[in-house]
Amino acid sequence: MFKIVTRKQLNENVVLMEIDAPFIAAKAEAGQFIIYRVNEQGERVPLTIADYDREKGTITIIFQVIGGSTMELAKLNEGDFIHDVVGPLGVATEYKEGAKRIAVVGGGVGCAIAYPQAKKLFGMGVEVDLIAGFRSKNIVILEDEMSKASTHLHICTDDGSYGYHGFVTNKLQELIDSGAEFDEVIAIGPVPMMKFVCQVTKPYGIKTLVSLNPIMIDGTGMCGGCRVTVDGKIRYACVDGPDFDGHKVDFDELMRRNSTYREDEKKHVCRLTGGVR
Amino acid sequence: MPNMSLTKTPIAEQDPKVRARNFKEVTLGYTPEEAMEEAKRCLNCKHKPCMTGCPVSVRIPEFIAKVAEGEFEEAYKIIKSTNALPAVCGRVCPQENQCEGKCVRGIKGEPVAIGRLERFCADYMADKPVAAEKAEPNGHKVAVVGAGPSSLTVAGDLAKLGYDVTIFEAFHTAGGVLMYGIPEFRLPKTIVQHEIDNLTAMGVKIMTNMVIGKVLSIDELMGMGYEAVFVGSGAGLPRFMGIEGEGLVGVYSANEYLTRINLMKAYKDEYATPILKSKKVAVVGGGNVAMDAARSAMRLGAEHVYIVYRRSMDELPARKEEVHHAQEEGIEFLVLNNPVKILGDENGHVRGMECVKMELGEPDESGRRRPVTIEGSNFELEIDTAIMSIGTSPNPLIRSTTPGLEANKHGCLIVDETESTTKEGVYAGGDAVTGAATVILAMGAGKKAAAAIDEYIKNKK
Repeated sequence: MFKIVTRKQLNENVVLMEIDAPFIAAKAEAGQFIIYRVNEQGERVPLTIADYDREKGTITIIFQVIGGSTMELAKLNEGDFIHDVVGPLGVATEYKEGAKRIAVVGGGVGCAIAYPQAKKLFGMGVEVDLIAGFRSKNIVILEDEMSKASTHLHICTDDGSYGYHGFVTNKLQELIDSGAEFDEVIAIGPVPMMKFVCQVTKPYGIKTLVSLNPIMIDGTGMCGGCRVTVDGKIRYACVDGPDFDGHKVDFDELMRRNSTYREDEKKHVCRLTGGVR
Repeated sequence: MPNMSLTKTPIAEQDPKVRARNFKEVTLGYTPEEAMEEAKRCLNCKHKPCMTGCPVSVRIPEFIAKVAEGEFEEAYKIIKSTNALPAVCGRVCPQENQCEGKCVRGIKGEPVAIGRLERFCADYMADKPVAAEKAEPNGHKVAVVGAGPSSLTVAGDLAKLGYDVTIFEAFHTAGGVLMYGIPEFRLPKTIVQHEIDNLTAMGVKIMTNMVIGKVLSIDELMGMGYEAVFVGSGAGLPRFMGIEGEGLVGVYSANEYLTRINLMKAYKDEYATPILKSKKVAVVGGGNVAMDAARSAMRLGAEHVYIVYRRSMDELPARKEEVHHAQEEGIEFLVLNNPVKILGDENGHVRGMECVKMELGEPDESGRRRPVTIEGSNFELEIDTAIMSIGTSPNPLIRSTTPGLEANKHGCLIVDETESTTKEGVYAGGDAVTGAATVILAMGAGKKAAAAIDEYIKNKK
C-alpha cells in the first residue's frame, strides 16, 4: 500500500499526486515509469514518473482522467492509499552527448513528463526550448515550473486563447525556419503529436526521441503486450523503452493497438459514472 | 490384497459441454473411498522406480501405503516433507513422464494414479489446521528473486532449516506462473494462495511490487545482509513468428492473453482489465500453454477455437491429458499447418490467417520429424483473434544489471550442478536457467539450490 502525501488538481482533468514510495524514489530517473493498481479489482496502468524526491522518499505522478482506472485513482485524496505501485520501470532517457540546444515538445498532460526532461537538461547547461501545447488557455498546467526549467518557453494553444496560436509542430517549424539549430528534439504527448513532430524534424535529420505509451500489463518483459515496431523490428516498450528513435517508430500501428479496448473502456466509464462524463 | 484392476480408479470430471463455458476446475478429485481403492493398486515395489522419476523425490510408496490405510494426514506429511507444493504438483505435473511413467503397473495396464493421490492428500488437508513447522532461527538471511515454483521451493526448504528468507516479487501477487499462467480451471488460485500462506506461516517474508534489477540490484541485496541470493525470475519475453500482421489489433502473445485472464481476472465483470470477446480464435503452437490459451478462449465464449500446429498430433508437446481435455471441449486441431501471415481489415483488426499445409520429412536434431512446407497449399482461415504460443526468450533485467552473472547465447543463466551461478553466493533455477519448462523441473532445481545454499552458508562461517 502506497500513501498519497499530496494531491493537487492542476486543471479540470489533470491531477498531481505525490506518493510515498522510498524504494522507487531512491532509483527513479527522468524517462522511467511506474505501474499502479488502484485497488484489488483494478487494472495495471503505466504512468511516467513526473518527479521524485530522494530525501523525502516520494515520487510524483501527473495524470489526466481519461478512463475508468484514472477516474478511480483521481477519487483518492491525501492520506489515502494506492494498492500497488511498482517501479522504476523502463530505461532512463539517454540524451545526445554534447548537445548544445534541445527542443522539448510536450502536448497536453504530456507536458507533465516533458517538464522533468527540460528541467534535467536545463540543469545540465543545455539551451532548452520548451514547446508546450494545449487545446485552450483554461487547461494550461505547470507554466511557472516550465518557465524555470527552460531557456525559452513557448506555450501554444490550438484555439489561440493563450500564447502562440497553433500546434506545437507549427511552432517547432517556425523555430527551425528562423535558424534555431537543435541537436535533438524530445517529444512527449499524444501519439499523433509525436508522429507529426517526427515528420517536421525528419527532413532536417534532427534526432528525435519519443516516449511511447502502449498498452502494458506486467511492465517487466513478460507479457509482450507493449510491443511496438521500431525500424521494422518488434521492440518492447517496458524493457527496451519507453524512449525510441521517433523516425523509426510505426506510429500508425501504435495508435491502432492503443485503441484495442476503446469500446470496453466506454462501458467501464459508464458503469462508474452512470453514463455521465 | 492389492487391487489388481488394470485401469486407474476413474476420477469425476465436469461434463465437457458445461465446463467449456466456465472457469471452474475440470477434474473434481477423488473421494476418500476412491483414493483408498486406488492406493491399493500400488505394489510397494522394493526398488521404488516411481521415486526415481520424481524431481523432488517424494517418498511415493510410503505415502500411498498411508492412503490405503486411510491415514490421510500421515500421507500428506510424508509428501510435504520433500514437496513444498503438493496441491499444485498433484494437478499440473506431467506424471506420465515422471513417477507414473516408471510405475511397474504401467507395463501392463495403467500406472497407479500417483498424481491424483497426491492431489487428494493435499485437498483433504486443505481445510484442516496443520501447525506450521517453524524452525529455530539460525540467524542467516537469504533473498529469493521471483515467487514462482522454483522460488517457493527454495524458500520453503530454507525456512525449514531456520533461514530468514525474503521473497522479492515483481507482480502484486506471489505465485509466478501458477498465478498468471496456468488457468483457474486446471489450478484454482485459492489453492496456490493456500500453499503460499503455508510458507508465510513458516516465517517466509514476501515483498511484492519489487522488480529486482530495477528497484534494487543483486549486489545491493547482498549489501543489505542477504548472504545468498536465489534467482528464479522465470521465462521472459514472448516470441513472435516475425510474419506480417503480428502488429494487428487482435494478436496476443499467450502470456498476455493468459495474464489478463488468470492474474487480472478479465473474465470477471467486477475486474477492470479488459479482454477481447473473440468469436474465432487461432492459437499458434502445440504446448501446454497453447492448450491453456485455447481452452480459456473457449470459456470466454468463442464459437471456434483452432490449434494451428506445424507438426502432427503425435508430436504435440502438450500433455496427452490436456490435449484430450481440449478435444472434449471442442477445440479444433489444425495440425500440419503453419501460419504465413495474419490478415487485417481496413481498421487494422485481425480478419484471418493465411496458412500453408505441411508434411513431415526426415527427423531433425530434436529427433522429431521436420515439418516441410507443401508449396502452393496456402489457404485462409477466418479468425478475429490470433494467440501466439511459440515460446519465450529469457528476461534480460537481472543479467543486464548484475556484473559477474553470466548467461549463455540464448540468455539463460549459466549454473553448475548445484544451481550455483558464475557469481559467488548467487544461485538460480527454473525457467531463468532452462528456458520455458515445467513447474516440477523448476521445483527440482529449487530443491537442489536450497541444499547448495545451506552448504555454502554453513561453510562460509
